[in-house]
Amino acid sequence: MITAEQKPLDEIKNLLGNEEKVLVVGCGTCVTVCFAGGDREAQLLASSLRMTTKLDGHPMEVSDVTVQRQCEWEYLDEIEDEIMEADVVLSIACGIGVQAIAEHFPECWVVPGLNTTFLGLPTEQGIWEERCMACGNCVLGVTGGICPIARCSKSLLNGPCGGSEDGHCEIDADVPCAWQLIYDRLAGKDQLDLILEIDPPKDWSTAHDGGPRKIVREDLQLETEES
Amino acid sequence: MTTNESTNGYLVGSKLERMLKAGHFAVTGELGPPQSADGDEIREKAALLKGYVDGVNLTDNQTAIVRISSIAAGTILVQEGLEPVIQMTARDRNRLAIQADLLGAYALGMRNLLCLTGDHQIFGNHPTAKHVFDIDSIQMVKMVTDMRDEKKFQCGDEFKGIEPRFFTGAASAPFADPIDFRPYRLAKKVNAGANFIQTQLVYDVDAFAQFMEKVREMGLHEKVYILAGVGPLKSPGMARYMKKNVPGILVPDEIIDRMNEAGKPWAGKKSSEMTKEEKRARSKARREEGIQICIDLIQQLREIEGVAGVHVMAIEWEEAVKPIVEGAGLYPRPSV
Repeated sequence: MITAEQKPLDEIKNLLGNEEKVLVVGCGTCVTVCFAGGDREAQLLASSLRMTTKLDGHPMEVSDVTVQRQCEWEYLDEIEDEIMEADVVLSIACGIGVQAIAEHFPECWVVPGLNTTFLGLPTEQGIWEERCMACGNCVLGVTGGICPIARCSKSLLNGPCGGSEDGHCEIDADVPCAWQLIYDRLAGKDQLDLILEIDPPKDWSTAHDGGPRKIVREDLQLETEES
Repeated sequence: MTTNESTNGYLVGSKLERMLKAGHFAVTGELGPPQSADGDEIREKAALLKGYVDGVNLTDNQTAIVRISSIAAGTILVQEGLEPVIQMTARDRNRLAIQADLLGAYALGMRNLLCLTGDHQIFGNHPTAKHVFDIDSIQMVKMVTDMRDEKKFQCGDEFKGIEPRFFTGAASAPFADPIDFRPYRLAKKVNAGANFIQTQLVYDVDAFAQFMEKVREMGLHEKVYILAGVGPLKSPGMARYMKKNVPGILVPDEIIDRMNEAGKPWAGKKSSEMTKEEKRARSKARREEGIQICIDLIQQLREIEGVAGVHVMAIEWEEAVKPIVEGAGLYPRPSV
């Protein structure tokens, strides 16, 4: 899932400027699951903003609403009236949700309340870790299901580098060395052959390096009637 | 005759290649370019190494700290009559920049190259930088040896003119984890086309001998010249720091003991209680022992089958190279 963290309150206040009517928009999907931008967080943030702006001497009128998915037009249509009434919309969805609001309601001014951090999973209660960088050309089949692009600090395809020690990466003792994990897993499965061959330079054109990406599925597209 | 030197049976014909091919025990050194535009600093350090080493490694933004580039520093070395080994990391350049810089480096007279992954930028003075790592060190070795041998750019396009011909090296960290995989990773570098290997600093000769045993078992020592990394210690603290904090470096207690012993006449005295002269004398005694340990290591490493030379890393202490090379009986350098 997409994980995110709330921006510091001061930064959020700065983004809201001197507007009077603020609408906090939560999202019921990824950011709800990672406790960053769901209904509960939307209510809490709205309440914090009401309180702090009151203390600051220029109280804002802050309301909140949460949609099932901020990244789909049909859910956004449901809150069109609230959005149009607000001077500024504070989206606490991931960056996709913020952009969806800006794109769907060009007249509205929307600012982000979260920092979208990574694609990852909760490894234990309260801890999330990055697992995928959406490079568009999955290599997990040769690395034992452990991603060297996302989990090696240098995204090496022929790791590990000389900075691997006691199972952790040179950058931080709390960061596991992805290539130690890959090595251990392949050794355990008697599959080390998979990493003895040189992995050639990666085609990064399927990643962001090739420009903003787009998927077209003609089989799913609705046919448009010829005029 | 073009500037292509791939004649007389040499891949490149660099002094380092000729020295190794002739079967001489090679000695390379290392020079860290300054964190300023001071070319004279490079010239001064080069003067300390001239005649004592067969090639001088020029670090590429070592530990992710901005310095004069390795190729620019290499150009100064060529002017000074030394042979550079330019280091190139995958951290700061993508495949376009690496190839472009190597075309230029060859045109400027550089003939030896060491391909490295590069330290993560978090260690350096620009920790907020975006890194590159478009390719890794193994892919880099393949790319540059294909440029040389296949006359092709990485994309597959063929050269129309002169190809850059580098005697191409890679690094090996024999004691980094997972330690069992290290000889196999070395094999990948050899298969990628590496001509020589410079290892991480070796202080534990027994552990290195075990690594070399596996290397010989795999026949790698017959395909690549292996230069064992050595470096003089300055103090017991430096030895302890490396043992504890630098991944892939093993420092046996015996060596730390020798460094401690060297400072024994001043034992029990706090630095704050010592006079300037006492501090200087203790530092001198420790440094002399550090140099002697380095000489002893070279002599032991030389006995290991498959070790073709040593890479002496005395960064910011280039003065130490002369006594080390002389002390190890490796001076004068053979002419090839």
